[in-house]
Amino acid sequence: MKPNLILHVVSKFLIPLIILFALYVQFHGDFGPGGGFQAGVIFSAALILYALVFGLDAAEKIIPSHLLRILASLGLLIYAGVGVVALLLGANYLDYTVLGSNQIAGQHLGILLVELGVGITVAAVMLIIYFAFAGRGRE
Amino acid sequence: MGNNISLLLVVVPLIAAPVVAVLPRGRLPWAVALVVTFLCVLFAGMQLWGVLNGGMISYELGGWAPPWGIEYRIDAVNAFVALIVAGIAAVTLPYALLSVEKEIPEDQIPLFYSALLLCLTGLLGITQTGDIFNIFVFLEISSLSSYALISLGRKRQALTSAYQYLIMGTIGATFFLIGVGLIYSQTGTLNMQDLTIRLPEVIHLKTVNTGFAFIMIGVALKLALFPLHLWLPNAYAYAPSVVTVFLAATATKVAVYVMLRLLFTVFPDSFVLATHAKDLFIVAGIAGIIIASIYAIYQRSVKRLLAYSSVAQIGYMVLGIGFASATGVTAALIHLFNHALMKGALFMAVGAIIYRVGACHMKDIHGLGREMPWTFGAIIIGSMSLVGVPGTAGFISKWYLVSAALEQGAWISVAVILFGSLLAVVYVGKVVEALYFKPVTESGRSATEAPLLLLAPTWVLVFANIYFGLDTELTVGVAEKATAILGVVNP
Repeated sequence: MKPNLILHVVSKFLIPLIILFALYVQFHGDFGPGGGFQAGVIFSAALILYALVFGLDAAEKIIPSHLLRILASLGLLIYAGVGVVALLLGANYLDYTVLGSNQIAGQHLGILLVELGVGITVAAVMLIIYFAFAGRGRE
Repeated sequence: MGNNISLLLVVVPLIAAPVVAVLPRGRLPWAVALVVTFLCVLFAGMQLWGVLNGGMISYELGGWAPPWGIEYRIDAVNAFVALIVAGIAAVTLPYALLSVEKEIPEDQIPLFYSALLLCLTGLLGITQTGDIFNIFVFLEISSLSSYALISLGRKRQALTSAYQYLIMGTIGATFFLIGVGLIYSQTGTLNMQDLTIRLPEVIHLKTVNTGFAFIMIGVALKLALFPLHLWLPNAYAYAPSVVTVFLAATATKVAVYVMLRLLFTVFPDSFVLATHAKDLFIVAGIAGIIIASIYAIYQRSVKRLLAYSSVAQIGYMVLGIGFASATGVTAALIHLFNHALMKGALFMAVGAIIYRVGACHMKDIHGLGREMPWTFGAIIIGSMSLVGVPGTAGFISKWYLVSAALEQGAWISVAVILFGSLLAVVYVGKVVEALYFKPVTESGRSATEAPLLLLAPTWVLVFANIYFGLDTELTVGVAEKATAILGVVNP
């Protein structure tokens, strides 16, 4: 790919901001609009922008595809795992109350972890889809 | 512990699916999936036993009380269907090992088992949940994974048939969701138990009637009710053998369960009896039995033939539902169980033939019955059950269906059920003729009997066909209990 100075500079400036915004949406999701799904999509947008400007190979160096499959599974496991932990602590599945010292702390921690799982899975799956389509012409 | 079993039935395959996806190639993914399905059948058995002895189970997810939170609500109806789904999965998995190794590229095998477990999660979830929106979610989980599973078939047509199913299935799911939305707008609840209480007040509203129609069409698409069956023959014909066995024996059955639950528990009986829905079901059932059976006779691929036969068999179940009587619904539930057994056995036997000769066109299987006697035997007994020969499970369902029709003096339906059986004799006769009475082809001569790992699960289902044809205590007993719970009125 022919390097384009303007694109390189602008995207290098934008990518950290996009990731920062993704993290804001992720961790502010339990107080305001946002949450794991939106954050995951925004996060993957940062990496997709990187791949568009610097090329697929450079992007796959940052995050190889076998790692993406593990991340996609990990997110779902975090979600389901939170439920199992609640189950082991004697409450119903996904009842976060028992995770903390009181109900508010427990519910807060629970939804935070669950949304984190959602965020990881969504970001990984978005990238898997992008790499699958973008990589078609290479072989 | 007690109630947690109902939850674990859904959560164990859900957790196993992502784990299997990242396991290394080889036989480990299969082994994990096998253990999970055995666990599921154990849980489902314990659940049914618990429900039959202790009454209804209610599980509040996240500790939120219904009707606000999502509730798993299990009575004899769901427990029965859940056991069918889990049981078929547990029989399919041992069969899967060799068949999948032959039909699926090696690097996709972990993902294949992951998708299969997700599909199982979705189907079990539909049976467990007491929340109508949750049904939609699980419906999508099972459908999306089955689209992926079907597209893995070896021929290129697998892609187009998966795409066709994707479009039709999505339309069905969308219709279902629109209907749920319309009903939610009038009742403000998604819990099915709560809907039962609140629907009678608003049942006269056009919105609710429209919602009912949307939901019924959506579910009818999912269960491949004639004439909305167009996705099914291609999907079953081109999917990998294991996927065909699993989906044919479970997916449409779960959709039939959803229809039963909504018609007889959620919507008021007086409303269902006053609408033309049940007449429509009888007409669609009759048309499905006759037309799909005739289509089956003219198929040149055994898998497509059996797929069309499935459409016809769904016609029998819907006919039973259409009678809207206790005997009719009992017959539908019994046939739901028995059809899972017979189609499971038949598709497994055909899968064994595909394993040996790589195809299942009529011309490819000439004379193979003599080369593969055990597989041929399974096809013979499975076919007899499909036709409804006394001593097989199929006879029991036909018997109850005919009794239900006689009860209402529906002579046309009686004639159709019997005529449908005759048509079944013709189409399975074609398969038997090709397998046994035609001279063996060059390529077929080298074929030997299928490996034990394929034959054993097939024969488990074959014996089940005979067993449940002789001892009907489990099937009829549970189906009658389930019918009582559904609250079917005898008009």
